Amino acid sequence: MALDRDSNVYTVAFATIMVVIVGGLLAFVSMGLSPAQKANISNEKMQNILQAIGIPETDGIIRENAGKVFNDFVKRRITINYKGEILSDKSVSDEINLKDNLDAFNIDLRKEYSKFVKPIMNKYKGDKEKIKEELSKSTNIHFPIFVCESNGKTYYVLSASGKGLWDDIWGYVGLNSDLTSINGVVFDHKGETPGLGSKITEKPFQSGFLGKKIADENQFMSIQVLKPGKELSKHQVDGISGATFTGAGVNEMLKRNLEVYYNFFKSNPEFSGNQPKEEVIIETVASDSTLVSVNDSIK
Amino acid sequence: MSEAKKESLFSKKNKQLISGPINKTNPVTIQVLGICSALAVTVQMDNALVMGIAVLSVVAIGNVIISSLRNFIPSRIRIIVQLVVAAALVICVDQILKAYVYDVSKQLSVFVGLIITNCIIMGRFEAFALGNKPWPSFLDGIGNGLGYSLVLVVVAFFKEVLGSGTITLPAIGKLTIVPESVYSFGYENNGLMLLPPSSLIIVALYIWVQKSRNPELIDK
Repeated sequence: MALDRDSNVYTVAFATIMVVIVGGLLAFVSMGLSPAQKANISNEKMQNILQAIGIPETDGIIRENAGKVFNDFVKRRITINYKGEILSDKSVSDEINLKDNLDAFNIDLRKEYSKFVKPIMNKYKGDKEKIKEELSKSTNIHFPIFVCESNGKTYYVLSASGKGLWDDIWGYVGLNSDLTSINGVVFDHKGETPGLGSKITEKPFQSGFLGKKIADENQFMSIQVLKPGKELSKHQVDGISGATFTGAGVNEMLKRNLEVYYNFFKSNPEFSGNQPKEEVIIETVASDSTLVSVNDSIK
Repeated sequence: MSEAKKESLFSKKNKQLISGPINKTNPVTIQVLGICSALAVTVQMDNALVMGIAVLSVVAIGNVIISSLRNFIPSRIRIIVQLVVAAALVICVDQILKAYVYDVSKQLSVFVGLIITNCIIMGRFEAFALGNKPWPSFLDGIGNGLGYSLVLVVVAFFKEVLGSGTITLPAIGKLTIVPESVYSFGYENNGLMLLPPSSLIIVALYIWVQKSRNPELIDK
């Protein structure tokens, strides 16, 4: 070897060349694979939303197909903030633009929680009123609503994100057209205990939510995950043995998020007509001509 | 890895490079390296298999790279060079998993990135690849990767069967091994088997079986 492998010049030159080559290689790999990775992530999201509708047509859908049929079911994508103001309202004909941060589809559930909600909750620990006040002030927290249709029936898919025992948990909740009874749920988690908390992603736990109600007599009542084996009311769900804290995380996340949606549906005339008590709807429809046109436009 | 054995490339010494780490110099059970990931990713068979393949490819390709560069690597920064090679390969593997086997990559999550810190990799780079030609280094990488995968798969098999009563294989999916009738007799899945400590127990039993079959491995 003519080169002196121990000289400083050689060492520095070697390190420099190595870094440049490796850096270039990694950039190349990352760029080449990123379309496939992004498609995976977006397909998974579509799969979750479709499954949360809770209808047999989308129940067993696989990730690869989710993108193709997404627009057959999801007809409207609405984004609201904590106060219930509509920030973005896209119909099925508006294509999903991945750069439009307000499009309901682009809302990153985990980021919503960990970046915007968690700091507020940590700062005012325990002070529920203060947390609510701060959350409603924040302009960064968004809540997506997916209005889905199948066989002439309307479903609403809402989202929720929070913290389990170890790390983030998030999910989608599908409501029937009455806007109070749950038709389907999908939960996912980052790092719950395998075999215990991680079971929130499985069918036996999720099917416990079906038919449960998020409101009682026009009063918001969140869904409670109880310790397993208790008698259940229409707002309660059987929990998982050994996963008490994950269950508590699900409770907290559903309560915080569903309340916002419930208040939005209640206060927004477009949706409040959909809530139960048929006679009331007929009365309002008859007395309020603007509502009729709004209701028609939904259908 | 049972390609044509007649070639001189697979001389007795070279074959030893593959068969050794699978049994007598196994990186996990005999050298006790890479235990950490063996505890964490063995809840399901498919995770263990993919993790095994990932480590195998990183250690095999990395060995070849390090070995071909062995005459050029400045000895003062050789550990850093090894680290960079390992890290670059691991990032590539992680990206590929994310693009093509998304579900498994989600389950393995952080552990793919942690392959970088797997002692087997740096151990083989430093102990073997720096002093040997590329071909033996490649075989050594394959051998160690297989040895690691074997332990992972065996541990995962027992953990999954006893812990969830299923076997999950890539491309095939979940197979139920423990029949429903057994549960109706009062059999329960063992929750401990889903947690990392049970891997220690199974690895220990593995070592016990291995050493009693190979008495020369027993420490005097």
